[in-house]
Amino acid sequence: MSSHNLREITFREAVREALCEEMERQKGMVIIGEDLLPGGGSFGVHLGMGERFGARMFESPISESAIVGVALGAALTGGPAVAEIMYSDFMCVCMDEIVNQAAKIRYMTGGQARVPLVVRSPIGMTRGVAAQHSQSLESWFAHIPGLRVAMPSTPADAKGMLKSALRGQDPVVFFEPKLLYGTKGMVSDDPDLLVPLGQARLAREGSDLSIIATGLMVSRALEAAEKLQGQGVSAEVIDPRTVSPIDWDTIFASVDKTGRAMVVNEATLTCSVASEIAASIGELRFNSLDGPVRRLGSAFVPKPSTPGLEKLSYPSVEQIVALGTEMMPRRRAA
Amino acid sequence: MSRITWTPEQLRGFWRDMHRIRAFERAAIYQSSLGKIYGALHSYEGQESCAIGVSAALQRGDYVASTHRGHGHCIAVGARMDRMMAELFGRIDGYCKGKGGSLHIADVGAGMLGANGIVGAGYAIAAGAALSAKVSGNGRVSVVFFGDGAVTRGTFHEVMNMASLWKLPLVLVCENNGLAQYVPTAETMVFENVSSLAQGYKMPGVAVDGNDIRAVHEAALAAVDRARQAQGPTLLELHTQRYHGHSSGDPQVYRSKAEVEALRLATDPIVRLENELVAAGLLADREALLAQIDAEVAQAVAFAEASAYPADEELSTDVYA
Repeated sequence: MSSHNLREITFREAVREALCEEMERQKGMVIIGEDLLPGGGSFGVHLGMGERFGARMFESPISESAIVGVALGAALTGGPAVAEIMYSDFMCVCMDEIVNQAAKIRYMTGGQARVPLVVRSPIGMTRGVAAQHSQSLESWFAHIPGLRVAMPSTPADAKGMLKSALRGQDPVVFFEPKLLYGTKGMVSDDPDLLVPLGQARLAREGSDLSIIATGLMVSRALEAAEKLQGQGVSAEVIDPRTVSPIDWDTIFASVDKTGRAMVVNEATLTCSVASEIAASIGELRFNSLDGPVRRLGSAFVPKPSTPGLEKLSYPSVEQIVALGTEMMPRRRAA
Repeated sequence: MSRITWTPEQLRGFWRDMHRIRAFERAAIYQSSLGKIYGALHSYEGQESCAIGVSAALQRGDYVASTHRGHGHCIAVGARMDRMMAELFGRIDGYCKGKGGSLHIADVGAGMLGANGIVGAGYAIAAGAALSAKVSGNGRVSVVFFGDGAVTRGTFHEVMNMASLWKLPLVLVCENNGLAQYVPTAETMVFENVSSLAQGYKMPGVAVDGNDIRAVHEAALAAVDRARQAQGPTLLELHTQRYHGHSSGDPQVYRSKAEVEALRLATDPIVRLENELVAAGLLADREALLAQIDAEVAQAVAFAEASAYPADEELSTDVYA
């Protein structure tokens, strides 16, 4: 019998547990970010950690390029190193460090460099904070070879995937959907339980339609799947969890089974992860499909602040249900 | 007055090490002209005293982050010329298996964290190495080399502040060659000199004649000592010059050949030390030493030519661990 327990904790607590356990385990690990002490960093993830790990937690000036670059230098020579970027929109001001430096240094040095760097950042919608605090830019990073791009949707995955990232040797961009921080789920207290990066999760089994959803959209897809069930449509929900490199096998196996695929992400669709998934299904699983692959994403506009327009801009449960219904063959009249 | 007691062996070592860089750089440009080197080169010729004077103050295990003009720093920290030349030739025995080339040449195991294709990217990487040294308490020091043209990057100011705030064991070495790519620095910078910026960031700022290797070394020793004693970073400004264009493709429309020749005559750090050593009777074996260096470079070229290009399978290795 295992001596470890499952407890119900929040997504935020799960991220904090992963950080604390790995800080305990890896004495070279450092965390750099803004407002870490005593504010607990972005969305309070680090609350209480300062007392335990203060000497290895660096309260940074507002200098995102230096935060990521310094974390990279620490990762190359020690590590692991975590850089927290307060909102993922702010990653626009440290793109060189992520894209030109961290992602490529292993390749550029012919494999000499190890890069145990994790850039953590809250992503996506919150409430009324508008166009510079609400974006989902994960596809920018998924486009870059050398980066691993993670976007967990449950507390258990947040903890297990972050621990995998912190024990790995590759730079990981780790996106945490903001609206999930307060959500709860069952999480093991086993400090060695890892969830591997690059492995999708079957979130709900179904037989008529595959909904591949990322991040916050997983919960909306699951809610929609329940409603579709009421209409007699059995929807399967796949959460890729890591959007690059992505687990194609699990996605393709689901599509082979159901013959229909809908891809839902929070980002705008143009050049999105949803587009990449849809293209690959169409290209490589055409013969499994009973109809076109369909996508849902945010409206192609900057995020508005006012609540009505903000809500309108994101994919909704109702849209997923409506599209799922539309994708099923029309029933013949009796 | 210098506080250092210079030994003949040390000064002869400086002379030889500067010559090794120059010989490598000349051979690289020659091989490039023969079509043996595929990518662009950024010659370090003229700035040799900076790399050698600073690296002589470092110990094994210390870190260096370099620039697009990185060959000199690489040689100065002890990288092998043959593997460097093989890298420029794009061969599998190069330091980076030919995947990095001149712009990313690195010997990570030796603490040389890489040349860099992005101007101003080295500051934070070097500061991060300094941070991990500080956290582990291993007493290591980190050095970042950069040009005057990189001082106008925001990253310079972010890292100057951060390194001073956290008292990182970092030495920031500005090799001020007076040109930001093709443009005189006076036309791109409002500050009179780079070292003066240290004051605002509450760290020592020291400017020296970069062509005087004794002055370079002495300033570097003080800065490295300060870092090793956990007293924080230092900004060094070494006034130097380059004798070639920004890169091997630069036609140097901004200066004449005569100007460059006059610059060489007036400034050459190697000639300066050589004249002193010859006058003191310390270079009787000059020709033999130069022949040794030539042989080392010739062997490096032969090694590079004999090495294979990477196999096709190498295209997709080293992307992930």
